[in-house]
Amino acid sequence: MSLQRLKLWGAKGGHFGIVAAFTIFAAFPFYWMLITTFKETRDLLNTKNNPFLFNDPPTLEHLRILFLETEYGQWLWNTAWVGLLVVAITLLLAVPAGYALARLTGRRGEQLGIGIFLTYLIPPTILFIPFSRIIGTLGLQDSLWSLVLVYPSFTIPFCTWLLMGFFKAIPRDLEEAAMIDGLSRFGAFVKVVLPMSVAGLLTVVIFSFTLVMQEFVYALTFISAVSNFTVSVGVPTFLVRGDVYFWGSLMAACFIASVPIAIVYNLFVDRFIAGFTVGAVK
Amino acid sequence: MEARVTAATEGVRARRLGHFLDSEQWLGWLMIGPAIVYILLLVGFPFFLALFYSVSDVTVGSTTMSFVGLENFKRALDDSTFQRALWNTFIFAIVSNVIVLVLAKILALALLKDFRGKWVVRLLILLPWVAPISLGSIGWLWIFDSIYSIVNWTFRAVGIFGPHTWPIWLGQPHLAMASVITVHVWRLLPLATVILLAGLTSIPNDIHDAAAVDGAGFWRHLFEITIPLVMPIMLVAVLFGIVFTFTDMIVIYVMTRGGPYHTTEVLASYAFFTGIDGGDLAQGAAIALFLFPVLAACAMLLLRVARRAEVA
Repeated sequence: MSLQRLKLWGAKGGHFGIVAAFTIFAAFPFYWMLITTFKETRDLLNTKNNPFLFNDPPTLEHLRILFLETEYGQWLWNTAWVGLLVVAITLLLAVPAGYALARLTGRRGEQLGIGIFLTYLIPPTILFIPFSRIIGTLGLQDSLWSLVLVYPSFTIPFCTWLLMGFFKAIPRDLEEAAMIDGLSRFGAFVKVVLPMSVAGLLTVVIFSFTLVMQEFVYALTFISAVSNFTVSVGVPTFLVRGDVYFWGSLMAACFIASVPIAIVYNLFVDRFIAGFTVGAVK
Repeated sequence: MEARVTAATEGVRARRLGHFLDSEQWLGWLMIGPAIVYILLLVGFPFFLALFYSVSDVTVGSTTMSFVGLENFKRALDDSTFQRALWNTFIFAIVSNVIVLVLAKILALALLKDFRGKWVVRLLILLPWVAPISLGSIGWLWIFDSIYSIVNWTFRAVGIFGPHTWPIWLGQPHLAMASVITVHVWRLLPLATVILLAGLTSIPNDIHDAAAVDGAGFWRHLFEITIPLVMPIMLVAVLFGIVFTFTDMIVIYVMTRGGPYHTTEVLASYAFFTGIDGGDLAQGAAIALFLFPVLAACAMLLLRVARRAEVA
């Protein structure tokens, strides 16, 4: 074997090693959740056992407990419900706003767009204290409506920004042709631009939904009744209680709420990145 | 130059559309109005309320409040737990972002190549970013468990830890800080990697070819061509990374609750424990507002990147 060949194999092996190491670092916690989900508790809690192996046969007991003896199913339902409403509000407000910034408001609109984007940087950790009082005054404490009201405050800025980018990428001629054919500007937007932006709209739906699933601080502040929790708060606050951890059910709860949404998100990730890079990549 | 051309085409269009123009602008503001009102009411108003609370003596149960000036800020600065939290917030944000930047650069370069199964790798690498971080942190809580830690078990099994070494990851101050940083790095690495990857892919191939023809080696190529060209986008990745770690309280809340003995407390978690759990809204608001200067600086830098991208 020639030296060159050897070098090539070395480079390939190095590349494989790097990719494998990073993949393991990223995915191991999820793999570990999955393994733990199906292990007997006495297997998990015996320090003499090899934790990488099933020393007792796999079990579905943790899943049974999770769905039948805790409110996990209710939390999933709450999350889906809040997510759906927040997505609807976000679309309703961000779609027209994104279009206006892309086409109608000109130079001033561009600056306004950046201003709207920057409000995404004001974090819940600054706003949750005043919100705790506002929500109390509105009589919404401990109600899922408080989340439906507040969550669009972080989905709208980013989604308006994303949509502005999508709409800018659609050729103006198409709308102008439609308008010459007699449609109004708004008519052209609804009948010509929106049908062409389905991919962009879907991106916004997925993105808003994942933001809602991930949100923690507001839900922790506003909600106190167990049956009103969302998944991201219910699992760490209610399932983790006292000193006894039910690791099997806990890991099942984490895995189920994490992985499916990630698979969907993966399909759209390049579009989010286009938004995050604020136009620094062309 | 470009601005003048746009202005000119806009002038032509203005004439073409003629009377549409007035109503179009009106329509524009009508379409964007609701979003702006929503943001003003649900970001702007609470933000001013936070400023207002921070100079008052409001608590959870109080019905009246009075102006106390900068008393809350002074009280915070004199509080040793606050000082620790302030310090930790910077340490966590800076250390984890430096690590993320180096690792993301390596990973992005590795992912630039085509190989079989790339899409699975990308999916797995993205998982930590998409999964709710409160749940990911629970996964790490189990990995760092005091008795059943898989890290300790593996290290002992392969002989790195002797029979008497059994670190309690979340129970010893320095180890707890390292654990928190590990989780932040794990969480942010995917975002930084895909952002950098987008930057790397956008470099035209002829630049790389020209450098290769001129005989630039790997390191020279990396430091004199690739890194300068992706500089703006690296800045974007770092700024988002800083914003996310700097303002986060979820990792701390789930993994350590600020402990042991407040040694992993950060501004956001301390604001929560003081303002919500402790009921001292005014003090909590003041603590949280210490986050603001750094956020404003990040926002300004992002703005500059965006401006420059516009001009280029």
